[in-house]
Amino acid sequence: MSATPLLELRGIDKSFGPVQVLRDVALTVHPGEVTALVGDNGAGKSTLVKCISGIHPIDAGEFLFNGEPVHIGSPRDAATLGIEVVYQDLALCDNLDIVQNMFLGREKRSGIVLDEPTMEQLAAETLAGLSIRTVTSLRQHVSSLSGGQRQTVAIAKAVLWNSKLVILDEPTAALGVAQTAQVLELVRRLADNGLAVVLISHNMNDVFAVSDRIAALYLGQMVAQVKTTDITHAQVVELITAGRSGGLGLATDPGSNGDGPQPADSISGGVR
Amino acid sequence: MTTTAVRKDGPAAVTPPPTVGGHARTYLSRVRGGDVGALPAVLGLIVLCTVFAIMRPSSFLSAGNFANLFTQGAAVTLIAMGLVFVLLLGEIDLSAGFASGVCAAVLANVVTVLGYPWWVAVLAAIATGVVIGTTLGMLVAKIGIPSFVVTLAGFLAFQGVVLLLVKEGTNISVRDEVLVAIANRNLAPTVGWALTAVAVVGYAAVQLLRHRTRVARGLITDPIAVVALRIGGLAVILGTAVYVLNLERSRNVLISSLKGVPIVVPVIAVLLVIGTFVLQRTSYGRHIYAVGGNREAARRAGIEVDRIRISVFMICSSMAAIGGIVAASRANSVDPNTGGSNVLLYAVGAAVIGGTSLFGGKGRVLDAVLGGAVVAVIENGMGLMGYSAGVKYVVTGVVLLLAASVDALSRRRAAATGTR
Ligand SMILES: Nc1ncnc2c1ncn2[C@@H]1O[C@H](COP(=O)(O)OP(=O)(O)OP(=O)(O)O)[C@@H](O)[C@H]1O
Ligand SMILES: [Mg+2]
Repeated sequence: MSATPLLELRGIDKSFGPVQVLRDVALTVHPGEVTALVGDNGAGKSTLVKCISGIHPIDAGEFLFNGEPVHIGSPRDAATLGIEVVYQDLALCDNLDIVQNMFLGREKRSGIVLDEPTMEQLAAETLAGLSIRTVTSLRQHVSSLSGGQRQTVAIAKAVLWNSKLVILDEPTAALGVAQTAQVLELVRRLADNGLAVVLISHNMNDVFAVSDRIAALYLGQMVAQVKTTDITHAQVVELITAGRSGGLGLATDPGSNGDGPQPADSISGGVR
Repeated sequence: MTTTAVRKDGPAAVTPPPTVGGHARTYLSRVRGGDVGALPAVLGLIVLCTVFAIMRPSSFLSAGNFANLFTQGAAVTLIAMGLVFVLLLGEIDLSAGFASGVCAAVLANVVTVLGYPWWVAVLAAIATGVVIGTTLGMLVAKIGIPSFVVTLAGFLAFQGVVLLLVKEGTNISVRDEVLVAIANRNLAPTVGWALTAVAVVGYAAVQLLRHRTRVARGLITDPIAVVALRIGGLAVILGTAVYVLNLERSRNVLISSLKGVPIVVPVIAVLLVIGTFVLQRTSYGRHIYAVGGNREAARRAGIEVDRIRISVFMICSSMAAIGGIVAASRANSVDPNTGGSNVLLYAVGAAVIGGTSLFGGKGRVLDAVLGGAVVAVIENGMGLMGYSAGVKYVVTGVVLLLAASVDALSRRRAAATGTR
């Protein structure tokens, strides 16, 4: 089990102007596992994801990928490493169709000409592999899709690239019951195929249904990262809302009395 | 979540095989959903031509006037073709008109004042366009000044540059044979027919090849009847146009013969094909649409947004240079007003009338050609009917406003129905 983690973050700091959004964040992500990243609204989950994917430059800290220190300066760097992200604020172009969106920035070409048939075929195969049958035409503009359909396109886009790490920022927030179940099943399948998956969700049922580990962010700090089997619903909720959960949430940490997470009031000025 | 239908392999999109009726229905529902494309421009062109043909049957419908339409509209159309690229990003280039003037002035200076051969002058003019476009693009993309402001400043400054280059109030004549030929001479009728054949056969080959590949790969295709209809349509339109242009239009055949396709027509056609190829068939073109549709999504997809933004201004100003060359050729000279007065607004109007959206993300190079035709027909037809310049401006303004309303309304409709 203690193989090198696929991705390890150490001491990540990130500020937007005077507001420090992430402070000294550490996170490890293992291949073949779903790591759930939880935290209240504004805790910094999306910001952390955007730092990993090269959208936001970090102020301090380091990334280790497969144990090697790496620098992620742009989305392209992240993609080269095999990191794919499904963003909370969907990153799809409304004026392009499904295939065009799935291959955006990495179009297949023969010579200088776009190889549309190949792209369309690969897109169809990927969608079929994910048992997605709700779209009528691969050539319809993304603007004509429902929220759930757009989400499936975004996930299919991330899966298309044989990625090593797939990060999903609240992928089920806009989905109906059936599509949520499908997405979760898909998330599990990705991990079972050996991918590392980071799943951000506010829904504890989803988190407990698919995750192997849970990482809790509280006001920009990582307050706990534990195995899902070692923690209860209530404890996770406490970690999210108060940053601590009696002794149990921090039971893995031997010195759980003084230097654990800071009390909420001492940093309440930092982040609203 | 029953276990019966968890996985069903095969193409994700299972749709019935294409039929002509189905194709027509899809098109109709797209139009109803607000995706009107070039429809308004085509309908407008038909209505305008019908009206002018009824009002002025002898002059408007003559072969000579038909040829005039092309040479009259060429410069504006060329500038509009470049503007499409800028408009696709939701930006604007107000300086394109006077940029074409500056490039034309450079051309005239190099060929007439300095006495270099025509091709040196053409290269110098286009190079000037590239430099202008790069500068504008840098200011927009790297410094972050809104394109409206940067190009408004360019509009003023380039107007001054033209004045300086042609020495206030005078003009520089352009007498070089080749340069004058561009907008004033015609292809031999046989050459016109040969180029038409090449165009139709080339188009048919591309369309049929694509149809075959897609069928072979089991992908959804347009029905073959629709493909054949498209090829036939192009052949009929080009054939008719070339036939009319090859008619004798000289008043007195004994003195001189005047017939054939104006040389600007193949110039525009080649640039249209290149521009369409770049936008529809290359990843660079795909990235232009992406940046215009959702800049942040494009950035996250790893597209170098700044480079795309700079490049479209380069294309726009280079096309303006070509427009300036054609304008100089047609007038046989360059004066302080070359590229001035209504040129820019006609060009923006042409692109928008043709169906290119001012909001970005939607448009084709063909739009500029269709819209340019509408503008040229208005200008030409109203001139024949004896209306003053004042009336022409007002009517063109109204038409532009109409086109912009169609753009805005179809966008709203698209947002409401979820199509676009
Ligand atoms: N680009 C930005 N500029 C300034 N502040 C930002 C920016 N992006 C995020 N923030 C701030 O960072 C904090 C964390 O935001 P983030 O989006 O990471 O939260 P989150 O944990 O994803 O919340 P949610 O569950 O609501 O998605 C918030 O206070 C937010 O206002
Ligand atoms: Mg978030």
